[in-house]
Amino acid sequence: MQQDLEVERVTKRYGIQTAVDALSLSVAHGSFFSILGPSGCGKTTLLRIVAGFLVPDDGDVWIGGRSMRGVAPNRRPVNMVFQHLALFPMMTVGENVGYGLARRGAARAEIAGRVDAMLKRVGLPGAQDKRVDQLSGGQRQRVAIARSLVLEPALLLLDEPLGALDLKLREHMKIELKQLQADFGTTFVYITHDQSEALVLSDHVAVMNAGRFEQVGTPQELYYQPRTPFVAGFVGANNRVAGRAVRIDGDGVELATADGLAVRARMSGTIAAGDAVEAFVRPEVVHLAREAAELPSLAQRFSGRVESLLFDGANSAVLVREERTHAEIRIALPQTGRFADLEVREKVAFGFEPQRAVCFRAGSHGS
Amino acid sequence: MKPFRIALIAGLVAIGAASAYAQDNKLRIITWADYVPADVIAQFKKETGIEVELTLSNNEEMISKLRATGGAGFDLAQPSQDRITGPQQEFGIYKPMDTSKIKTELFIPSMLDATKKNTTLNGQVYGLPHIWGTDGLVVNTKLAKMADYPDLCKAEYKGKTSVRLKRPTLLAFAFASGKDPFALYNDPKAYAALMDDVGKTLTACKGNIKFFWDNKDQLLNGARTGEIVGAMMWDTGGWKLNSENPEIQYIAPKSGALGWIDTFALPAKGRNDAAAYAWINFNMRPEVAAKVAASAGNFTASKGADQLMDAKLKAQFAKSFPEEALKNVKWYPAVPPGIEDIEGKVLDRVKAAG
Amino acid sequence: MAAETAVGIAAPRARLALLLLLAPALVWLVGLIVLPHLELAVLSLRARVAPRVYELSLGQYRTFIDEPLYWHTFVRTAGISILATVCTLLIAFPAAWYIAKLARGRARSVLFVLCLIPFWVSETVRTLGWMILLRESGVLPRVLVDLGITPAPIEMLYHDATILAGLVYTSLLFMVVPLVSALESLDDSLIEAAYDLGGTGWSILRQIVVPHAAPGIAAGSIVVFMLTLGNYLTPTLLGGKNSLWFTEQIYTQFITRFNWEQGAAFGFLLLVLSTAIVWLGLKLTGQHFGDVMRRS
Repeated sequence: MQQDLEVERVTKRYGIQTAVDALSLSVAHGSFFSILGPSGCGKTTLLRIVAGFLVPDDGDVWIGGRSMRGVAPNRRPVNMVFQHLALFPMMTVGENVGYGLARRGAARAEIAGRVDAMLKRVGLPGAQDKRVDQLSGGQRQRVAIARSLVLEPALLLLDEPLGALDLKLREHMKIELKQLQADFGTTFVYITHDQSEALVLSDHVAVMNAGRFEQVGTPQELYYQPRTPFVAGFVGANNRVAGRAVRIDGDGVELATADGLAVRARMSGTIAAGDAVEAFVRPEVVHLAREAAELPSLAQRFSGRVESLLFDGANSAVLVREERTHAEIRIALPQTGRFADLEVREKVAFGFEPQRAVCFRAGSHGS
Repeated sequence: MKPFRIALIAGLVAIGAASAYAQDNKLRIITWADYVPADVIAQFKKETGIEVELTLSNNEEMISKLRATGGAGFDLAQPSQDRITGPQQEFGIYKPMDTSKIKTELFIPSMLDATKKNTTLNGQVYGLPHIWGTDGLVVNTKLAKMADYPDLCKAEYKGKTSVRLKRPTLLAFAFASGKDPFALYNDPKAYAALMDDVGKTLTACKGNIKFFWDNKDQLLNGARTGEIVGAMMWDTGGWKLNSENPEIQYIAPKSGALGWIDTFALPAKGRNDAAAYAWINFNMRPEVAAKVAASAGNFTASKGADQLMDAKLKAQFAKSFPEEALKNVKWYPAVPPGIEDIEGKVLDRVKAAG
Repeated sequence: MAAETAVGIAAPRARLALLLLLAPALVWLVGLIVLPHLELAVLSLRARVAPRVYELSLGQYRTFIDEPLYWHTFVRTAGISILATVCTLLIAFPAAWYIAKLARGRARSVLFVLCLIPFWVSETVRTLGWMILLRESGVLPRVLVDLGITPAPIEMLYHDATILAGLVYTSLLFMVVPLVSALESLDDSLIEAAYDLGGTGWSILRQIVVPHAAPGIAAGSIVVFMLTLGNYLTPTLLGGKNSLWFTEQIYTQFITRFNWEQGAAFGFLLLVLSTAIVWLGLKLTGQHFGDVMRRS
C-alpha cells in the first residue's frame, strides 16, 4: 500500500532538550493516524516538522513519495487544522474556505463553485456570507476542515482541534470527524493528549512519550496488548501495581508489593526473578462479589472494603481497599445493576485471571 | 477621600505661598537680551533692596504678552519707541509716565524730547528713551562686497545671506528703492502699493537668503562659520562679530541705516511703579548706563555715559558711521495702527513664495 | 432586603466620590479646552473696525478663502503631515512587528526603551540636535565631504525632506506603541494557517496582518497626523525660510501681527479641517472611531 507520509529518523533538539528523538513513522494512504501523548512529549513539534514550520536537525520527511527537504509550508501538499482553528476573523466563511484556492490563482467562478460544494459536504450549505464569529464551535470546526480539504491535500494534519470544545460537543465532533475522514478518504494525522479521542477515531495510534514512540498499533492492540508500562498506564484506565518479581512460571510472573500484596500476571518482555516490575490490571477485568463464594473460580482472590463509589453511568466504578495491605484498586461495576445498592465501608470480595493482567520490567520502553 | 483633601490643602498652600512671594519688593521687567547685566541687578538690589526678575523678549512678544493679560504680569517693559502709541491705542496695555518721578537731567535732552514726542498719546507720555542703535548690514569683507541692502540679492551670494522676515527689512528695502516709506505712513493705500513692490523685490531675492533669522545667535553662528557672508542686522551684533573677526564689519548702507530707540514703558497693570521709576533713574546714571551699554553693545540715552564707554566700541561706531552716514540714519516714527496689517500680508507672501 | 438598603444609602456617597474623582479631569477639560475654544470661536467671528471697536463678521474666514497663501499653507501642511504619517507607518511597522512577534523578554523591553529615549530630551533640544547634525557646517555634511561623496559641504537643513525626517523621528513612538499592541493580539497561528494554505509573505501581510492591525494602524496614524499637523517647533526650525507650517501661521497672527481674530479663525479652521481629514481617512479605510480609540 502507498504510504502518504513517511518520517525517517527525524530529530529536533532545543538546546540540550531533545523534543523529537530519531523518530520514524509511516502512514498509509487514506488512514486516520493519531499521535497520542501527554503535553510536552514532542507530538506538536513532530507535527510542525511535517507541516514544514520547523526544520528537523536530522532525518527527512516524505509526503506522497516526495522528500520535503527545503520545501516551504505553503508549497507542501499538506494542510493543517490548528488547535484554535485559526479561522480568519477578518473574512467571511466563504472567503476562509476559498482562501487557499485564491492563493493558487483559481478563477473567481471556480472558487465560488468549489467553496459552495465543500460547504455542502461539511453540512454548512449557504454559509458563505456568514461571519466567523456567528458560527458555533462545531460549525467553526467544520469550516476549518473544509478550508483545508478544499485544497485536496495528500495529508491533513490536525493539532488537537477538539481541545477547546466542551465535553458534549467534543463527543459529537469525534464522530463527525471520523465520518468526514471516511467520506473524503483523505489521510488524517491527528495529534491529541486525549486517549479516548485517539482510540475512537484512529485506524492506527502512535503513543508518544519524551520524544519517542512507545508503541504504534491499532487501538485494540494498544488497549489489550500494551508493550510498555507507559502505554498500559496511558491508554485507558488501569490499576498499577509495583513490586518485585518473586517467581517466574512460564509466561506468568508473581510479584510482591512492598506491603506484601502478592499478584500474578502475564509477563510482557523478559523478566527475571528479583527484578523491579509493574503490573497493570484493567478495572473491567476485575470481578466483584459480596461474598467470596460468588466469585467465579478465579486463580487469585482478595477481600476488601469499599472506599468510594464512582458513579458515572455506564462507566461507573468502585474504589476498593484490599483488607490486609490497604492497596487501592479500581473495579468497573457491571451494567446489571447487581451492585446498585453497594455502600461505602461494605465488605466485598474481588479477583481476576492472571492472564488478563500484564506485567513489565519497571521502566522498560518501546522500540 | 484622604488624598483628595491632601491635594486640596497642598493647592491652597501653594497659592498662599505664591501670593506671599508676589508681595515681596520685586521688579518684573520684560526686555531684550543683554539689556540688564547681572552685576547691574546685584548693584540695584544692594542699593534699594529690590529684587529684579527678568523676562527676555522682543517687540512683538512684549506687545502680545501684555495684550494677553491686559498689561499685567510685568512692572516695566522696553518696547521700541515707534511701537508704543499704536498698540496703546489698540489694546491699552501701558500707563502714562509720571515724568515728575524721573530725573530728566540724566537724559540726553534731544533724545528725551524726540522720544516723548513720539510716544505721546492724548497728551500723555508713555515712553522714555533708554538704548538706541541702528539696523544696517553685516558683511564679511573677505567673502563679499556690499554697500546697500539690495547687494544681499546679488547672484554671487546665492544661499549665503540673511535678513529678518520682519518690518525693518521691508522698510530698509523700501528706502533702498529710493522711496520714503515713513512719509507714506498716513496714506495706507500708497503705503500698501509700496510694500507690494518691496514684497516682490524680496520674493525675487528669496533664493539668495539662506534663512530668515529670528534669534540673534542663529545669525551670529552663521556669520562665524562663513555660511552667511552678508546680512541685515542691528549694529551690536555686527560689532560683536567684528571684535571676533575684523573681516566682518558692520556698515551703514548707502540708503541709510534704520535708527531705533528702545524705551522704558510702564505696563497698564504693573504693581510696582515705584520700583520701576527707581530702576529708570538708577539705569540712567552714567556709570550704570555705561555698564549696560557695554553689555548691550549699544549707546544709551544717558547723558555723559558715552564718555565712559569702551574705546573699542566708540572706534567701531566711528568706523561704521562717518559724518555722512550718521546724518543719513532714518529714525523710526511712531507706527500708526493698520500699517502692520499691510506689512504682515506682504511678509506672509514672501514667506510663502517658493 | 438589608443588603439592598445598604446599597441604597451608599449610592449617593459613591456618586459624590466618583464626582470628586472626576473633578480634576472635568476642571481640566472645561477650563483648559472647552472655555478657551469658546473664546476662540467668539474671537474668530469679529473684525476690527477701529481701535478697540469690533463688530461681528465672517471676514476672518473669508480671508482664509480669498487669500490663496493661507489655504495653500494649510494644504501644504496637511499634505506633508499625511506624507509624514505614511512614512512613520512604513518605518514603524517592521519595528513594531519585530517587537511584538520576534523579540523576547529583555530584548523587547530594550527595544521599547530605545523608542522612548528620544523623548527623554525636550523637543527643542532634539530639534537643535538635528540642526547641528545637518547644517552646512555641521557634522553630516562634513562627513560626506570627508568620505568624498560630495565635493563641498551641502546644506541639508531647510528642505521639505528635512522637515519630514524630523517629523517622522518625533512621531515614531506614537505609531510603534499602538502597532505593537495591535500586532501582539494577532494569533500567530493565523499567519501560520495562511502560510499553510498557500499564502505568501506579501499576501499574508495584506490579507491577514493589515486587516487585523487596522484599528491599531488607524489609531497610530490619527495620533501621528494630529501631532504632526499641530507641530510648531520642528517644521519651523528645520524648515527655515520655506517651512510654511499652518501652526506657524497661527502663531504669527497671534504674536507678531497682534491679529488675534485672524489667528483664532485659523485655529478653528485647523481644528475643523483636521477633524474632517481624519474622518475621511476613517471612512476610506472602513474603520470606526470607537474601535480605533479603544486600540490606542
